[in-house]
Amino acid sequence: MLAELGHYALVLALSVALIQATIPLLGAWRGDQGWIALARPAALVQCLLVVVAFAALMHAYVTSDFSVLNVATNSHSAKPLLYKISGVWGNHEGSLLLWLLILVLFGAAVAMFGNNLPASFRARVLSVQAMIAVGFLAFVLFTSNPFERLLPAPIDGRGLNPLLQDPGLAFHPPFLYLGYVGFSMAFSFAVAALIEGRVDAAWARWVRPWTLAAWCFLTLGIALGSWWAYYELGWGGWWFWDPVENASFMPWLAGTALLHSAIVVEKRDALKNWTVLLAIVTFSLSLLGTFLVRSGVLTSVHAFATDPARGVFILAFLIVVIAGSLTLYAVRAPAMKGGGLFAPVSREGGLVLNNLLLSTACATVLLGTLYPLFLDALTGDKITVGPPYFNATFGPLMLPALIAMAVGPMLAWKRADILGALQRLKFAIAATLAALFLTLVLAYDGPWMAIPGIALGVWIIAAALEEAAHRLRLFRAPIGESLRRLARSPRSAWGTTFAHAGAGMVIIGIVASSSWQVEKLQVMRTGEQVAVGEYSFKFLGATAIKGPNYDAVRGSFEVRRDGAHVDLMTPESRSYPEPPMETTEAAIRTGWGGDLYAVIGDPTADGAWSTRFYNKPMIHWIWMGCLFMVLGGLVSLSDRRHRVGAPARRNKNAKPLEVAKSVAGE
Amino acid sequence: MSEQIEEQNPQRRWLRLVPLAIALVIGGFLFVGLSLKPKEIPSVLIGKAVPQFDLPAIPGRPKGLKSADLSGEVSLVNVFASWCVSCRAEHPLFMNLQARNIVPVHGLNYKDESTAALNWLRRYGDPYDRIGADLKGRVGIDWGVYGVPETFLVNAEGRIVCKHIGPVRQEDLDEKLLPAVEALRQGGTAQC
Amino acid sequence: MLKVFLRSLFVVLCLAGLSEPALAVAVDQPLDDPRQEARARAIHKQLRCLVCQNQSIEDSNAALARDLRILVRERITAGDNDEAAIRYIVERYGDWVLLQPPVKAGTALLWIGPVLFLILAIAVMVVWYRRRSSPVAGAIEPLSSEEQDRLKNLLADRDQQ
Repeated sequence: MLAELGHYALVLALSVALIQATIPLLGAWRGDQGWIALARPAALVQCLLVVVAFAALMHAYVTSDFSVLNVATNSHSAKPLLYKISGVWGNHEGSLLLWLLILVLFGAAVAMFGNNLPASFRARVLSVQAMIAVGFLAFVLFTSNPFERLLPAPIDGRGLNPLLQDPGLAFHPPFLYLGYVGFSMAFSFAVAALIEGRVDAAWARWVRPWTLAAWCFLTLGIALGSWWAYYELGWGGWWFWDPVENASFMPWLAGTALLHSAIVVEKRDALKNWTVLLAIVTFSLSLLGTFLVRSGVLTSVHAFATDPARGVFILAFLIVVIAGSLTLYAVRAPAMKGGGLFAPVSREGGLVLNNLLLSTACATVLLGTLYPLFLDALTGDKITVGPPYFNATFGPLMLPALIAMAVGPMLAWKRADILGALQRLKFAIAATLAALFLTLVLAYDGPWMAIPGIALGVWIIAAALEEAAHRLRLFRAPIGESLRRLARSPRSAWGTTFAHAGAGMVIIGIVASSSWQVEKLQVMRTGEQVAVGEYSFKFLGATAIKGPNYDAVRGSFEVRRDGAHVDLMTPESRSYPEPPMETTEAAIRTGWGGDLYAVIGDPTADGAWSTRFYNKPMIHWIWMGCLFMVLGGLVSLSDRRHRVGAPARRNKNAKPLEVAKSVAGE
Repeated sequence: MSEQIEEQNPQRRWLRLVPLAIALVIGGFLFVGLSLKPKEIPSVLIGKAVPQFDLPAIPGRPKGLKSADLSGEVSLVNVFASWCVSCRAEHPLFMNLQARNIVPVHGLNYKDESTAALNWLRRYGDPYDRIGADLKGRVGIDWGVYGVPETFLVNAEGRIVCKHIGPVRQEDLDEKLLPAVEALRQGGTAQC
Repeated sequence: MLKVFLRSLFVVLCLAGLSEPALAVAVDQPLDDPRQEARARAIHKQLRCLVCQNQSIEDSNAALARDLRILVRERITAGDNDEAAIRYIVERYGDWVLLQPPVKAGTALLWIGPVLFLILAIAVMVVWYRRRSSPVAGAIEPLSSEEQDRLKNLLADRDQQ
C-alpha cells in the first residue's frame, strides 16, 4: 500500500512541478503578483510529496518488503539496518529518487529562506529549478519506477553488493549528490538572471552561499569515495582516473572556478558573463556525470547496470537543459557586460588566472574521459586513456595554479605589486627553501620529484598562514590588537586560509605517499617475518571466522618496530553468499607518520598465504587536507554577509560605494 | 565604454555560440556512444593464423585440441567452462549445430577442473568435436580470451576470421556466424 | 524475470564471482631478484585489466589479472626487456590494454588537446584584457568595499600609533 502511495506522490509531484515550472515564470514576465506568489507554496508542496515518496521507499527497505521489485533486487533481510537504509540509494532507481529528493530540498530551502531575493527573481529561480525536477520526475516515473511490484513476492532479497556494505560508501552517494544537485542552484540562479537580463554584485552574493555549500558537499563526497577505494579495494590506491571518478571531479573543478569568479562579480562587478557561463557549465558537468554513470557509454569500474532506453531519455533531457540554457546564454549574455577594470596583476587578475587554469584542466579531464568514445565513434578504434595520460597532462596544468594560489590572496584589488606581495611572504619563502633543503638532505635517494613536490605543499600552507598573520598583524601589533582583529576579520578570509592550507596538505600527502611508499608482496608461512621499511611484520597465522552475513579468513600479523611491539594487524578476506562475492578488508593502522596497510590474499596449495604490506608515509594528509578544504568552505559560508543577507539590489546607476557603505555599516 | 563598442561589433556575436556548439557536438558523440559497445575489445588476431598450441583432452574424454586440428575445414572454437553461468545460455545452440551437423564446434575448456567439466558436459550435453583442456589458462591468453564464453570462427587455412564475445544468441548465429561459415565454404571471404 | 534481475543488478567493481574460475592455479609469487620484480611491477601498472576494466592488472583481483601478472614475471625471467614484455601482451590483446595511449594519428588530438586548450585560453584572456583596458575608466573608479575596509584599517592603525 505504501509503495503505491509513494508512486502516487511522485505523480502528484510531477504535476506540481509542471505548474511551478510555468506559472511563476509567466507571472514574473507579466508582472502578475498572484502568479509570482505561487512559486513558494508550489516548491514546498513538491518537496513534501517527494519526501513522502522517499519515505515510502525507505519504509519498504527497512521492513524488507520484497513485494517491491527494487527491494527484492537490492536488499536482504539479514542485512544490518544501516545497509538496509543505504540500500535505498545503492541502485539506479533509488539513487535517482535521492537525486530528486535533494533537488526539491534545495528548492524548498530557497522558498523558505530566500527572503532576501526579490519576489520575481525568486519565482524565476524556482521555476527553473522545477523544470529540472520535471525532467527527473519524468525520468523516474517513465523509465525507472522504484515502486514496481513483484508478485508473488520472493522469500528473500538478492542482497546489496557487499562492497557497498560499508559506512564510507553508505554516505558517499548522498554527499556526492548534495554536491551535484547543489550546483543546480547556481544553474537556476544563472538562468533566472539571464531571463531577467541582469547580473550584479547582489546576484553573486546570493549565488555564492549555494555554490559554496554544494562545493563543500562535493569535496566531502569525493574524499569519502577515494577513502573508501583506499581501504576497501585492498590495493592501496585511492584515485584511478576512472570515468566515474572524473565525472565527479569535473564539476568539482568547474565549481571551484565558479566559487572564485563569483568573488570577482561580487566585489568588483566584473567577469559576469564568464561567471554565468561557469554556473551553467558546472551543473551541465554534474548532469553529464549522471549520464555517464547510468548510460554505459564508457567502461567504468563502478557503474549502474545500464539500459539503452534510460540512456536515450537522460541524454535527451541533458541536451534540452544544456542546449536550452546555452542558447539563452548566447542571446542574453551580451547584455551583461561592464564592471570594474583591473590590471592583469591584481587580486582579480589572480582569480582570472585561477579560472583559466582550472577550466583548462577541467577541459583536459573531459577530453581524456570522452576521447575513447570519440575515437570509437569516428574510427572504431578502441583505446584506453588511463592514469599515465592524466598525470602527464593534468599535473603540469595544475602546477602554476598551485604556485600562484599562495600569492593570490596577498595581491591588492585592481592593481597589485607582485614583488611587494612576495616580500610580504618572506617567511613562507624561507619555509619553502628550508623544506627544499630538508627533503634534499633526508630523501636524496628517493624520487627527485618528491623534493619540489613537498616544497610546493609547504609553500602553499606557509603562505596561507603568513597571509593570515598579516591580516591579524600578528607579532607586529600588540597581542590585544591581533585578537581584536581575529574577532573582526571577515570569516570568508579565514575560509580562504583553511581551504588553501588544505590544498597544500593534499599535495604533501600525495607527494609523500607516492614517493616514499614501501611495498612488500610475498607468500608467507606461519611464523615468517618480513621487513617493511623500519617495521617488521610477523605472520601469526590465519583463522576462519564467521561474520553476520559473510565468512572470512582473518590473518594475524604482529607489527614491531626496533623490536618493540607496535600493533596486531588483522586483515580479512571475506566471501559473501548473497550475492556471491569476495572482498578484501585491508587492515590499516594510522599513525602520525602515515599508514601501515596489510592485506591477506589467497592460500597456496601447501598452506602458505600470499600477503601484501605497505608503509604509506603521510597518506592521511590527503583526507585531512580535504577536510580542511571543507572546513574552509563552511567557515566562509558562515560569513556574516551571507547570514545577514545580501543588500537590497541597487539601481543600475548607483555607485558601488553604496554597497561598501552597507557592508561597513553592518 | 569599451564594452559598448564591442557590442556594436557584430562579428564577435558568434563567439557566444561557441559553448552551445561544443555542447551539441559532445551530445552528438554521446548519442552515437549509446549504440557502441565499449566493453567489447576487438581481437587483434583477426586475419591471423590461430596461435600455436597443443592441449590434451579432458581426462576421461577422447580428442584433445591443437593448432593443426583447426586447418582443413571451417570450424567454430568455443571457449567455455563449467563455472561460467552464461555458457549454459548458449549451450543449446551448439547442441543444435551438432545435431544438424552444420559446422564442427571445438571446445576450449578454460581453467576448469576436469571432473567438473565432464559432469557439466554430461548434464548439458556434449556438442564438441575436440576439446582442449586449458588448465592454466595460458592458451586462452594466447587467443586473447578475457571473458568466458567467447567463440571464434576459424577458416579452412586455420586463420581466425571473427570473434564473438559473450554468449552466442540465435540471432548472432543466423545473422553473423552462419552466413560467414557459408561464405567461407564458398571460397569467399567473410567479415563479422 | 532473470533478465529484470540482471538488468537492475548494481555492479561496482567486478570482483563479483559471476564468471570467475574457481580453479586457483597459482598465487602472486614475487620474483627472487628484487630488480626484476620491480620491473615486473612497473609493467603491471601500465597494463589495463580486461575483466575489471579501468584498473591496472596490478590493482585488480580478477583471476585473469593475476594470470597476466604471472605471465609478465615469466617474460621478465625469460630475458625479455620491458618493451618486449609489454609487446607480448599487446600482441594478444591489442593497444587497448595500454593505460597510456600510444601516440599515433588517432590520438594526436588527445595529446595536443591540453596544450591547445591552454594556448586558446591564454589568447582569449589576453584579447579580453586588451579590449577592456581603458586608463580613463580606471582612474575614476570609486573605491571598492575591500578598499574601503583597508582604508579604514590604515587610518585606525595610524590613530593607534
